[in-house]
Amino acid sequence: MPRRLLRDGRVVADDWGYVGEPAAQRGRIVGFDEWLADKSAWDGSAASLGIVLKPAHKVELLAPDLARFELVAAEFTGPAEGRGYSQGRLLRERFGFRGELRARGYVRYDQIFLLARCGFTSFELADGELESAATAFGTFTAEYQPTNDLGLTHPLTRRA
Amino acid sequence: MTVRGLCWAAMYRYDVIDKTLVNERVAQFRDQTRRFLAGELSDDEFKHLRLRNGLYLQRHAPMLRVAIPYGLLSSAQLRRLGAIARRYDRGYGHFTTRQNIQFNWPKLEEVPDILAELAEVEMHAIQTSGNCIRNTTSDHLAGVTPNELDDPRPWCEIIRQWSTFHPEFNYLPRKFKIAVTGAPQDRAASLVHDVGVHLVRGPDGELGFEILAGGGLGRTPIIGKVVREFLPRQHLLSYLEAVLRVYNLEGRRDNLTKARIKILVKSLGIEEFRRRVEAEWEAIRDRGLALHDADIVRMQSFFTPPPYRALADADPATGASAAFRAWYRYNTAQHKVPGYRIVYVSLKKPGVAPGDATDAQLELIADLADRYSFGEARVTHTQNLLLADVEQEKTPELWRLLDAAGLATPNINTLTDMICCPGLDFCSLANAGSIDVARLINERFDDYDYLYDLGELEVKMSGCMNACGHHHVGHIGILGVDKGGEEWYQITIGGAAGADASLGAVIGPSVPKSDVAETIARLLAVYVEQRQPEERFLDTVRRLGVKPFKERVYAASAAA
Repeated sequence: MPRRLLRDGRVVADDWGYVGEPAAQRGRIVGFDEWLADKSAWDGSAASLGIVLKPAHKVELLAPDLARFELVAAEFTGPAEGRGYSQGRLLRERFGFRGELRARGYVRYDQIFLLARCGFTSFELADGELESAATAFGTFTAEYQPTNDLGLTHPLTRRA
Repeated sequence: MTVRGLCWAAMYRYDVIDKTLVNERVAQFRDQTRRFLAGELSDDEFKHLRLRNGLYLQRHAPMLRVAIPYGLLSSAQLRRLGAIARRYDRGYGHFTTRQNIQFNWPKLEEVPDILAELAEVEMHAIQTSGNCIRNTTSDHLAGVTPNELDDPRPWCEIIRQWSTFHPEFNYLPRKFKIAVTGAPQDRAASLVHDVGVHLVRGPDGELGFEILAGGGLGRTPIIGKVVREFLPRQHLLSYLEAVLRVYNLEGRRDNLTKARIKILVKSLGIEEFRRRVEAEWEAIRDRGLALHDADIVRMQSFFTPPPYRALADADPATGASAAFRAWYRYNTAQHKVPGYRIVYVSLKKPGVAPGDATDAQLELIADLADRYSFGEARVTHTQNLLLADVEQEKTPELWRLLDAAGLATPNINTLTDMICCPGLDFCSLANAGSIDVARLINERFDDYDYLYDLGELEVKMSGCMNACGHHHVGHIGILGVDKGGEEWYQITIGGAAGADASLGAVIGPSVPKSDVAETIARLLAVYVEQRQPEERFLDTVRRLGVKPFKERVYAASAAA
């Protein structure tokens, strides 16, 4: 059964394929180390590319090549892993990444709200959680911090 | 909702944004609890959620830790805490060293209702545990102490809001604690916090901050180091965000005992840590986190002084009873406004677990706050309460009311004003009991003349390495250790938590529970013999070193 995920608030069939999976319509998602090891392997390929960022990977190393990618998938290796939140904000706010920012690995309903505020737009969730997952975006309707989703205006200033 | 007391207390008031957030948190936690009880969330999945809301599963029952941001409580809030203690707990609460209150006996399924009751009085349990930014703590004398540079509370509230539900920093490598102070005496133990924020003046006399990082207690106690000597005030949040981002990305996650920021600072060295923070800060300093003057003024407007009366200083102790004079000397302190006095409410009555207050006491203190202190009370990091703005001439009647309720034990800053964690009686982490040892010490040292002769003495006790009782920074520190299933205690001396913070030195092998009081008696005997005029126990230890104390303790057989 094709993988389904939550993207832009809707449950959709995944149109990307990871390396090792059958080719998918939209493009291929490569590993970070694989990419660094031989970037030229993808030269001349017209295929759309995505890349997996593991928690220890430095976003800065990806930055020079970011224009090459339409998707970045940050991996969450367990319930306590939190580096992806910073990676997401850096990609959006510092390096201007506009493509699909995906959370994969250990991703649960209760993380979605925070991840979205850090710039994530798609979420690989267990099938059982998918159908109701979009309600997570409404967990909170106010906020205390400026992040990319707020145009970086400090909420304090908007209240003064 | 109109609640008595709130109209007076000089504290932050929730607006629609704050109210929305706490109410939505209640709904979120109610749903998480429902999913757990319905079997939709595993124990481990629920653990990561409940811990971010102050809920531990303890030895006997769940424990709920409620935040008291920078220690401020309105009388309405105190009254509500009393009502919660009576309705959902066994009639008492426990104040901690980080300006929280803990309820030890709630039922899991009732916790969402408790949170709803707290939300009604603008309180919550958000991020009081878990690997996230914890309750911001501060000087309990903020705004009333004579030599303060500036009031730290507006800055605490700014940090509270920024850190609450921060989307990037809710899954840190480990917990993260921030303390803010505005006076030269550090009454918030900021040097043993992950980040310490000190109000200071810059080169042109303007107010800003000194930022420290990497302090902490626990298994590896370390005094914080200066990251930046002067930070202009509008950059407070961007600088904290830079510190947190470096920590979130670089802090160790492979080993829980090496995951605090202190280990990162230590392994990088302060220079390299500073370089990384500054580089990150340069990239974000002028973006959305910069504070505008209007934001700061608005926040300061919540903490304007209450309507003090024009009074002359009085001396209510003159001609009063010896009991009142002792209380006035030890349990009250100088206020910056003439005619007023700061009054400590001692939660260190012998025979009562240090830091515990009953529902009736909480409600009484709420009434006294309304009558004598503009409807406000505060929590100290030494587990007492205080009424900050009491007219000096009213102190005798206030004393009588406190005394009748067991809240006037005249022992503030003395040996029996011990800091004490809940220990083995409640906590599932503890190796040994704390409350029991406090009782034994109180029984041994029940002569107030002797206590007063010993002067300022900070005894701090933790039931395990996690150091909730701050034993490393006690003038005398007591650490519970497990020795073949028995409760033993390691004693340290020479620690301090203030601006001259230091870590205590271990005097030697640990002692059994029955010898703790005798060991302390021997340490104090050396002090009394060797002290110079005006010298505190701490000063004598610093002058003489551990040796003479150690020799006395272990000279004869340790058995008393």
